[in-house]
Amino acid sequence: MKSPALSILFAGWLLTGAAHAGAADHVHASHAWIRVLPGNLPAGAYVTLRNDGDQAIALSGASSTVYADVMLHRSSTAGGMSRMTMVDALSVPAHGEAVLAPAGYHLMLMQANATVKPGDTVRLTLNFTDGSRLATDFLARPANAMDAGDDHSGH
Amino acid sequence: MKLRRAFLPALLLVAGLLLGGCRHDELPFRLTNISGHMPDLDFKLTDDHGKAVTGADYRGKVALLYFGYTHCPDVCPLTLAQLHVVMQRLGPLADGARILFVSVDPARDTPAVMHAYVNAFDPRAVGLTGDARATEALSKRYRSAFTREPGSADGSYEVSHSSAIYVFDRDGKARVLATPSASHDDLVHDLHLLLDTGATP
Repeated sequence: MKSPALSILFAGWLLTGAAHAGAADHVHASHAWIRVLPGNLPAGAYVTLRNDGDQAIALSGASSTVYADVMLHRSSTAGGMSRMTMVDALSVPAHGEAVLAPAGYHLMLMQANATVKPGDTVRLTLNFTDGSRLATDFLARPANAMDAGDDHSGH
Repeated sequence: MKLRRAFLPALLLVAGLLLGGCRHDELPFRLTNISGHMPDLDFKLTDDHGKAVTGADYRGKVALLYFGYTHCPDVCPLTLAQLHVVMQRLGPLADGARILFVSVDPARDTPAVMHAYVNAFDPRAVGLTGDARATEALSKRYRSAFTREPGSADGSYEVSHSSAIYVFDRDGKARVLATPSASHDDLVHDLHLLLDTGATP
């Protein structure tokens, strides 16, 4: 089903993503990393997003050529039970930060079509609710890593 | 009736003193002390080499029992990574301890999957699986619980699970309970107490 209307829509969508980045222009990503697990197990991806703009912006998810399925999730612990829930969007306040970190918000990466090893860099495209996007390189880290490994201040 | 009401607390107190007396038990734990409040380590499961094992196979080791599953991308790996950091900090003493990672998702977690998984975290971690009944029995024994969340169309599903880490001494006695948010310092401290004191045969 190839309708001209759909093509135009698609072209417009491409333009939104590539040429006109929108609110994502004001977002800076840092500490981007993936906890790599053996086999084809789903992996968690983490990143800190800083918004220098005057408008709040919301992350809605991400896409990748390496993982067929990416979902924005949140882990929570209540009454001694751990659970994960799907999240529609995570707000990055104006002149503020949103942190995706272990035991909280994370991107769940599923169905890798290539083996990702610690030390690899994987590009994920972060999608925001206004349609803008931000390509970000994530560092693949070993399963037992505690963080992105780029912070030498220690803990 | 009145007499009994007054007598019972006294009896409990005496019993408590007696119990406390025969255990050399008064270790200054920093984490939640569950000594005497949880059953001994006991189970019949399969380890990540495919071998049938019981709780008795881990007598002589300090055991850290944790329930989870491999298709859990965030909290389970974080907890196991934290336990790895704790083991590293214990140095050679860590050889006296074992992380027992029990899968609450036996349908997907085979011994082979568990083997690759636990070894990605720590060489002293053991992956344990069993049929749904054995796993449930063990989890009930420690008043832990897990539930399977409604699955999606592609057959995937999430499992919510107890987040506690139960620590047993070398005799298989339950001693302390740690939450994943417990500080590494406290866990290292308490494991030191158990590993230093129990250094018998």
